[in-house]
Amino acid sequence: MLELDDIQHILLTRAPAMTGRYEFLSFKDASAGRTWLEEIRGKVHSAASARASVEADRRWITVAFTWNGLRALGLDETSLATFPEEFRQGMVARSTMLGDTGECHPDKWVGGLASSDLHAIVILFARDEPERARCQTEHERLLARCEGVTVLSTLDLQATPPFDYAHDHFGYRDRMSQPFIEGSGDESTPGSGAPLKPGEFILGYPDENGPPFGLPQPDVLARNGSFMAYRRLEEHLGKFRDFLNQHGKTAEERELIAAKLMGRWRSGAPLVLAPERDDPALAADPKRSNDFNYRTQDPHGYAVPLGSHIRRMNPRDTGANMNRRRMIRRGATYGPHLPEDAPDDGAERGIAAFVICASLIRQFEFAQNVWINDRNFHELGNERDPIIGTQDGTLEFKIPRRPIRRTITGLPAFTTVRGGAYFFLPGLKALAWLAGNGRGTES
Amino acid sequence: MAHSPNGNTWSKPAAMAIPKEGYHKLENGRYGPLYPRTPANHGFTIIAKVQKGREQAVREYGKTIEGAIAGTPDALAVLKLHYLRWVLFEIEGATYFMYQGIFDTDFDKYTEDAVALFNSLGVNTVFENLEGFPKDWKTNAPAFIKFLRDHQRPSFLEYGEYPYVTADEIKKALRLKEKFSEMLDQMQ
Ligand code: HEM
Repeated sequence: MLELDDIQHILLTRAPAMTGRYEFLSFKDASAGRTWLEEIRGKVHSAASARASVEADRRWITVAFTWNGLRALGLDETSLATFPEEFRQGMVARSTMLGDTGECHPDKWVGGLASSDLHAIVILFARDEPERARCQTEHERLLARCEGVTVLSTLDLQATPPFDYAHDHFGYRDRMSQPFIEGSGDESTPGSGAPLKPGEFILGYPDENGPPFGLPQPDVLARNGSFMAYRRLEEHLGKFRDFLNQHGKTAEERELIAAKLMGRWRSGAPLVLAPERDDPALAADPKRSNDFNYRTQDPHGYAVPLGSHIRRMNPRDTGANMNRRRMIRRGATYGPHLPEDAPDDGAERGIAAFVICASLIRQFEFAQNVWINDRNFHELGNERDPIIGTQDGTLEFKIPRRPIRRTITGLPAFTTVRGGAYFFLPGLKALAWLAGNGRGTES
Repeated sequence: MAHSPNGNTWSKPAAMAIPKEGYHKLENGRYGPLYPRTPANHGFTIIAKVQKGREQAVREYGKTIEGAIAGTPDALAVLKLHYLRWVLFEIEGATYFMYQGIFDTDFDKYTEDAVALFNSLGVNTVFENLEGFPKDWKTNAPAFIKFLRDHQRPSFLEYGEYPYVTADEIKKALRLKEKFSEMLDQMQ
């Protein structure tokens, strides 16, 4: 049984939020950090409480810590040493392997995210603008009471219009495919795959290999937590639109190119099931919109190019060991909306996303290192993920078609990593323990 | 077309000398240093001492793998292998096991897949006969991976008569040749 009342809501639920705000915090000393945590932890929803009151709630809060942050909170060295190596090192130390080079290098990151002073993130998802403003003020007041807790930076999030469904600035419908977790109480939709053991995403439960292994200690930290990779990805909308215009003569051609890069039409309709023409009704039907595979339905990539984003990020029946590579995705868009016909205004806009998994090295880092950035993934020779791969203008994108495939050379970078970090997402009891409860004689 | 770092293609034989460390420039993958792709592609040579009296047990696994592949020819497909060579040899009374594999992927990238595959095929049971192999390998993938890395002996020279060609490319070419001959036969 999953302890839904101890698992932070973000792991298992998606809040119906239209806005949000991330605040990145630094603790000058342990007592300041613990005072802050003791006050805020009561506002953190569990999966159970978020589900029970989703209609009435107006805001949802998540709290997570970097390894440096756990140390800053006063966690002892013995415990700190039990965390996995990649988490202890942090995203900056892992950046070359992740592909964060060139314009994406941590030296160029914003918001203090590359700094070892980054200790915690507090994530606010809010139903609307006034609620975000209210929560922001309330948090400012809390921080004023906690001398020694400083804000390194903040990021405001908001859904991008039109609001009929969730999509990014490029216009792609998102939230179509997600792993289905055994015992989560969710309903699986066709195509989500067999239910996965909760230990793939939540610490302390059996995973696809059997009993969990190598959990952080003491025990209170070993249960109902998870790890979270944060990625702030700027989307270069002007460049993306120019690219579509350059490679597509008509509106239809442009839509097709956009679809080929992703593996779905911007409406969300999967190319496997709608290879020739967009089909918004298909996209809107959760029973059908994710119900496809590749090995039998599109082995050569005539519908979905082998290098497209979704075929890389979940090769489905054409990938090995897939049950150990899945990820939970959360997050939102940030930055101003840029109308279709407006020239690029140079403002930063993009996606600020969390990839949640029990093992950063086996799930998130594998995705970055192999699926996204291995130039020879699927024997493609000279390609990386066209949406989020490390692109320097020398790589290509191949679109299989009969009789001869189309090769687009000199693919530009449509996105740039502007920051990131690895966080530990404790369960609610662990938050209380970290705040000082249950420590008995701790000063 | 075979993609090679120096622009060569399959028609020009190539050799590469490799520094003592096993790589030209240190570049880390997820689990440690990456070894370069050479004209003989990726691969590893793992050499480890066999526990006393376990030589026969290791040898018998040759048969097990033979049977497994006969039954499920694509059992090792994930690894993108060209060849495997398993050798037992003696040094000063002790028996050593050498596991040499030549494949098209960087081992660091697919380490966990390989470990999972080893588990499912029982290849790990061969490893259990080696000195220093972690007893908790079934759950402790990182320790398994560390054992492989600790016992890896990088090459100092690799050569390819048809350099940088992948197994998939070879199979594609042979398939094409087969179809082509068939077509010529049809035209008789
Ligand atoms: C600017 C950045 C990104 C954009 C615009 C983007 C966009 C999308 C879209 C539109 C989909 C299809 C909708 C769906 O299947 O739910 C998708 C799927 C997916 N993306 Fe991304 N994504 C981005 C970054 C990432 C990152 C950083 C990761 C993980 C490292 C990731 C992992 C995935 C996965 C696992 C899927 C599901 C594929 C499937 O199950 O078929 N994406 N993405």
